[in-house]
Amino acid sequence: MTWDEMRPLLEQGTIDTLYMVGWATLYALIGGLPLGVLLVLTDRGRPLANVVVNRVIGVIVNIGRSLPFIILMVALIPFTRFVVGTAVGPTAAVVPLAIGAIPFFARLVETAVREVDLGLVEAVQAMGGSTWTVVLKVLLPQALPSLVAGLTTTVIALIGYSAMAGAAGGGGLGTLALTYGYQRFENGFMLATVVVLIVIVTAVQLLGDGIVRLLHRRERSTG
Amino acid sequence: MITISDLTKVYRARGRDVTALDGVSLHVEPGEVHGVIGRSGAGKSTLIRCVNQLERPTSGTVTVEGRDLTALAGKGNRAGRPLRRARGGIGMIFQHFNLLSSRTAQGNVELPLEIQGLGRRERARKALELLDLVGLADRARAHPAQLSGGQKQRVGIARALAGDPKVLLSDEATSALDPETTGSVLRLLRDLNRQLGLTVLLITHEMDVVKTVCDSASLMEDGRLTESGRVDDLLATPGSRLAHALFPLGAADRGPDRTVVDLTFHGEAAGAPVISRLARVHGLDVSIVGATVETVGTRQIGRMRIELPGPAEKNAAPLAFLRDQGLTVELPGEEPR
Repeated sequence: MTWDEMRPLLEQGTIDTLYMVGWATLYALIGGLPLGVLLVLTDRGRPLANVVVNRVIGVIVNIGRSLPFIILMVALIPFTRFVVGTAVGPTAAVVPLAIGAIPFFARLVETAVREVDLGLVEAVQAMGGSTWTVVLKVLLPQALPSLVAGLTTTVIALIGYSAMAGAAGGGGLGTLALTYGYQRFENGFMLATVVVLIVIVTAVQLLGDGIVRLLHRRERSTG
Repeated sequence: MITISDLTKVYRARGRDVTALDGVSLHVEPGEVHGVIGRSGAGKSTLIRCVNQLERPTSGTVTVEGRDLTALAGKGNRAGRPLRRARGGIGMIFQHFNLLSSRTAQGNVELPLEIQGLGRRERARKALELLDLVGLADRARAHPAQLSGGQKQRVGIARALAGDPKVLLSDEATSALDPETTGSVLRLLRDLNRQLGLTVLLITHEMDVVKTVCDSASLMEDGRLTESGRVDDLLATPGSRLAHALFPLGAADRGPDRTVVDLTFHGEAAGAPVISRLARVHGLDVSIVGATVETVGTRQIGRMRIELPGPAEKNAAPLAFLRDQGLTVELPGEEPR
């Protein structure tokens, strides 16, 4: 395979991968953030302490976390077909990716939010703040650097999952590596997809670390 | 201003009941600084957190500015709107300051104003005004990580004042500070108390805090208030452990052929030449073992330990003379009489 043959394939594969990962990240954020915050808020001694709700969310998150992604994806095929109309292609892959990433990110959110000093929560309650105020003005802003770090980890995990989704016809770089690199023994092409993946992962990690550093530096600024 | 009646708090920990507060009653007058002192674990923290219902008491009532907060709190842990509004009118400062590291000093003071729903302009104006009041106008844009402990507590105080409170609760506010900074923060609290007529309820384990700022004080032990009253009255009470703790004279070295006497001078008696009169009238050799003078609020209080020759039974007349002079007379190590 010449570079001219590889290039359009790699370009399309990268676009498909970013498309899948991008949408799945958005859903992970929308679904995982509230779940993670709820896991903390409903815990004992917290503003919305509720053992039943806490256990139920915990169990759901654990089930989602313990299923290997490839199995989750296959198990979700009927659901995916119901939502998207098909079980193949990048759009179809977004469904299992999002569902796999939500509990993953939720646990990271939980850890980040739990780290926030309880004294701050108490101070805001003492000045008359509601639980909403506590979440919006204390928990999320104080946990922001850890949340960004968690999101970075989630995106990188999603890039890995998306390659697996390729095995079940998801499209993107994973499908390319399998169909061209593995099944047709195009070692050069396999290498090229691996390089592209490394570049994407590194870029995401650097971007995430950069934002975290910026947030930390802001807290040290004298203004 | 603050009335606590028969407050009880029982925790359930590992199947056992732990009584943190055991029938505590306390009244703090408007404009007064009241200190609750006690060892850690005595229940002070639980007590102050019950005042604004951060902690729900098991029984008893707390009334602030005539409003029964225990009734507002209702059942469960969530604070309804009436309680939240009431809390907005009670300032609170903390041992570890509890400032948001993600916000500047000004941003931290603006937080309660945001909760009150003030507009951006109004918030900034008021926050800067409050920072100026606590002497930090020039550090408004610094983040907490940039401030010293004393400066952080000043931001904490400015933030506590944002709701124009009549009552300020102070939860070991100076315990994390060095002695010098403690002094300046206490002076600030004293000034605010006088300027704004702020009623202050503070808890501490440092005697110096009570000595420096408190009009009245209570001693807390095992979930009960064992002594309570105005600091100068407590000092005039023979056998008051709070007075002993405030102005310690150390352990008495007693003997069979001498009488050790602890005297407390206050009010009129402070100026009278009592000791020389005692020596002249009763022809006694009085030796002074130790003495201390302190200013409590605006009054001078002196304590002195003297030794008289002969056992206590033979010194009945001199002791009576000392009592007649308006002094508080105690024989250390013996039952208070």
